[in-house]
Amino acid sequence: MINDYEVVIGLEVHVELKTDTKIFCGCSTAFGAKPNTQCCPVCLGLPGSLPVLNGQVVEYAILSGLATKCQITRIGKQDRKNYFYPDSPKAYQISQYDLPLCHSGHVDIEVKGESRRIGITRIHIEEDAGKLVHDSEGGSLVDYNRCGVPLIEIVSEPDIRSAEEAKAYVQKLRAILLYVGVSDCKMNEGSLRCDVNLSVRKKGEKMLGTRTEMKNLNSFVSITKAIENETRRQIKLIETGGSVVQETRRWEQSEGKSISMRTKEDAHDYRYFPDPDLMPIIIDDALIGKLSDSLPELPDDRKAKYISQYQLPVYDAEQLVSSKYLSDYFDMMVDKVRSPKIAANMMMSDIIRLLSKDGEDALIPFGSDDFAKLTDLIYNGVINNTLAKKIIEKMWKENLSPDLIIERDNLRLIKDEDYLLNLIEEIVNEMPKVVEDYLSGKEKALQSLIGQIMRKTSGKADPSISKEILLKVLSNIKSK
Amino acid sequence: MKIIDMDITTMRKALLSKEISSLEITSEYLSRINEKDGEIAAYLYVNNKNARKKAQAIDKKLSDGMEVGVLSGIPMALKDNICTSDMPTTCGSRMLENYKSPFNASVVNKLLKEDAVILGKLNMDEFAMGSTTENSYYQTTKNPYDLSRVPGGSSGGSAAAVASKQALFALGSDTGGSIRQPASFCGVQGLKPTYGRISRYGLIAFASSLDQIGPFARNTKDLAYVMNVLCGFDEKDSTSVKVKDENFIESLDKDIKGMRIALPKSYFEEGIAPEVKNAVLAAAENFKRLGALVEEVEISSVKHALPAYYIISSAEASSNLSRFDGIRYGFRPQGDFNLDELYKEARSKGFGKEVKRRILLGTYALSSGYYDAYYKKAQQVRSLIKVDFDNVFKNFDLVLSPTAPTTAYPFGSRTANPIEMYMGDIYTVPVNIAGLPGLSMNCGFDKDGLPIGMQLIGKAFDEASILRAAHAYERGGFDD
Repeated sequence: MINDYEVVIGLEVHVELKTDTKIFCGCSTAFGAKPNTQCCPVCLGLPGSLPVLNGQVVEYAILSGLATKCQITRIGKQDRKNYFYPDSPKAYQISQYDLPLCHSGHVDIEVKGESRRIGITRIHIEEDAGKLVHDSEGGSLVDYNRCGVPLIEIVSEPDIRSAEEAKAYVQKLRAILLYVGVSDCKMNEGSLRCDVNLSVRKKGEKMLGTRTEMKNLNSFVSITKAIENETRRQIKLIETGGSVVQETRRWEQSEGKSISMRTKEDAHDYRYFPDPDLMPIIIDDALIGKLSDSLPELPDDRKAKYISQYQLPVYDAEQLVSSKYLSDYFDMMVDKVRSPKIAANMMMSDIIRLLSKDGEDALIPFGSDDFAKLTDLIYNGVINNTLAKKIIEKMWKENLSPDLIIERDNLRLIKDEDYLLNLIEEIVNEMPKVVEDYLSGKEKALQSLIGQIMRKTSGKADPSISKEILLKVLSNIKSK
Repeated sequence: MKIIDMDITTMRKALLSKEISSLEITSEYLSRINEKDGEIAAYLYVNNKNARKKAQAIDKKLSDGMEVGVLSGIPMALKDNICTSDMPTTCGSRMLENYKSPFNASVVNKLLKEDAVILGKLNMDEFAMGSTTENSYYQTTKNPYDLSRVPGGSSGGSAAAVASKQALFALGSDTGGSIRQPASFCGVQGLKPTYGRISRYGLIAFASSLDQIGPFARNTKDLAYVMNVLCGFDEKDSTSVKVKDENFIESLDKDIKGMRIALPKSYFEEGIAPEVKNAVLAAAENFKRLGALVEEVEISSVKHALPAYYIISSAEASSNLSRFDGIRYGFRPQGDFNLDELYKEARSKGFGKEVKRRILLGTYALSSGYYDAYYKKAQQVRSLIKVDFDNVFKNFDLVLSPTAPTTAYPFGSRTANPIEMYMGDIYTVPVNIAGLPGLSMNCGFDKDGLPIGMQLIGKAFDEASILRAAHAYERGGFDD
């Protein structure tokens, strides 16, 4: 039943820009300050105050547009979106209605080895609202620190067809914005927030179904879960003879379901009109040229480079570039290593695992030189992956070079053939039953013997040399 | 000469030569207010303590031989929609009863820097909406020429205070005639400068694209003095314009020979009181005697100015006044309300009838489905009116017209019919719509001895020509 349907998704992503000051005043945008300590008459909308646009906001929005291949508007304006709510002290939000700064762009994503292009309808600038805190006695308090923090809203075309694609799109968008450096995109601090517009239709149907808008999605898990849940809900409604109502719903992650906030009938009429307190935003060629020149290498450029220059598989390249930090680190070390592939493998397994243990802002504690040395030790057969894992954990804790750790803890592979021969003969004598099994044709028995070699050397015996000697010893026994 | 009869030039000379002290001037004016304002009711707040303190500080500076500002010791007062941190700012509304702004308007800081002595705050129509000052929540200001008549509005307190010598000059604000019409009714001079000439920062907004602060004074030279202080770009107001600083006093005494003055025919046709018409036409003859060239012109689009004005100003007001919701400051109804009830109660009881009428009108004009027919259309009319004035100013330096169709009328005579009241703005509104400067000054009296005002309209940022013509007219010399 579910397979008869196609889901159609468009995303609205709100991103807080990383300017030092707010969009219309000089107040700080720092996160986590005491409530109502980063406010002034302008962001509080006090009578008589007037907004003055922060030029950095315009530049950051244009950079975001250029990085997502958008057209840039030459004469933009700002509009008032009128609504009453205590989080909005002017009772209107200054946003952009019909002349957003950027429009008609796209982002390419990779899902299940398939490349998809997601259209960007528009990117506009606006101010964030304050934050309501509901207390235990049914009262509400407002913190206006966030009021006037600059946002861009990135609206996608309804090009997304699954929860997986939605997640890939947000991840890609996030990576791009982090590369460009316009936001820190922290979903847990609300600096990247996402609304999902979703409808379903029978496969092959041209007309779009009635859509709902889902709010309050503040993690990748909730985006995925909410989309899966809403898809099922809509299909079930239709299959049981009902119909989808156009409405705004709120996702409750803890309950694993969404609840209706308001339907189309009581949707706001925002009465948009041009803000008479602000002048048109004039964007000239010189500014666009300057910003284009300042754009850093973007994830897709790097991905292509990794594939063509370093022969990384597409999947590895995609994984690496999805984190600007990892990718920057990789770029720093890649020219120093013998095998980019070994380096990439270690980044994607050990490094990602260790970083995630240390939390969101964790950094790799050692320099790229030491890391390069470690991968070369693998390449040269001085150590293997198992030892490398041990060494890298010690490097993480102690910040010593791999050479020192290997010397100190004696972690190099044992290649001494006399030593290994002695050890293997000892093991063969201790395990006559296993040897007999092997000689009678049970190939599996070989593995237990190798396992025993590794146990006795704490995994340090060189696997290929050990195996060679073992086979020789066994064939000697056989021929006796 | 008595202190209260001195103009700025005389007073400054007397002060600097130490004939009189700043404290004497201030005390004289404060006792004048004490005697006179009982019947006029121009002041909402008298700043006894701080005015005297400021005066003493100026005297101290003078006796220490320090530099004093160009308005040092000059006693003045402010319309109560201009924010002051040491006095309440009520906008004549219950909504802002006892509201104290945490900051001074930019013009207030300029006045204080030049050592003006601020005597207090002046009555006005609530949120500057009205033409009689009858819409004040607090009191009814009387016309000093006839206490049974209105002083005009919305800056009725400012006009009446200057006319009754309770302030040497005053500031008002003009959105559709709110400086010029009360100046006309009270027989004083009032100047609405070009939009963008004077910072609006700290002026509580009525209609942001039309509002402009301007001075009232007894003569043109005093206006020029004050304009020298008020004008200039303010980085806190995005709509303020960078133009070269001008000294309006220097150009004042030049004659007006050859100055080209346009007389718009349509301004003299319907609805104008014959005595007003005759007085303004007589003034035109006098301008000819002073050497000006006066010619009739057609400005056809101005007949659409009034409806366009009421749509644009009400639309902007509906949004500007949304912030008054009873939550953070201002009128808060007592009782147990949910959020919607609190909004309704605060706004129903906090706003007066005329303000609510305009909010409703403006909300309607901006509503989806009506926007194009009203707001957008009105903006198109606005462009046409600008073009028409531009064309007139290709061939003329000034436009001369009546300020209002009538002289001051009795209290209550227009309140029943708002349309009739709005018709009184017909000559002043086009100036705001086109963003031009306009001055009103006396040009005679009707049979009841009530002052008749004429309006001089200039090119954008050409206040100098208006003041020069007004000064020439004031000096006279055409009677012989």
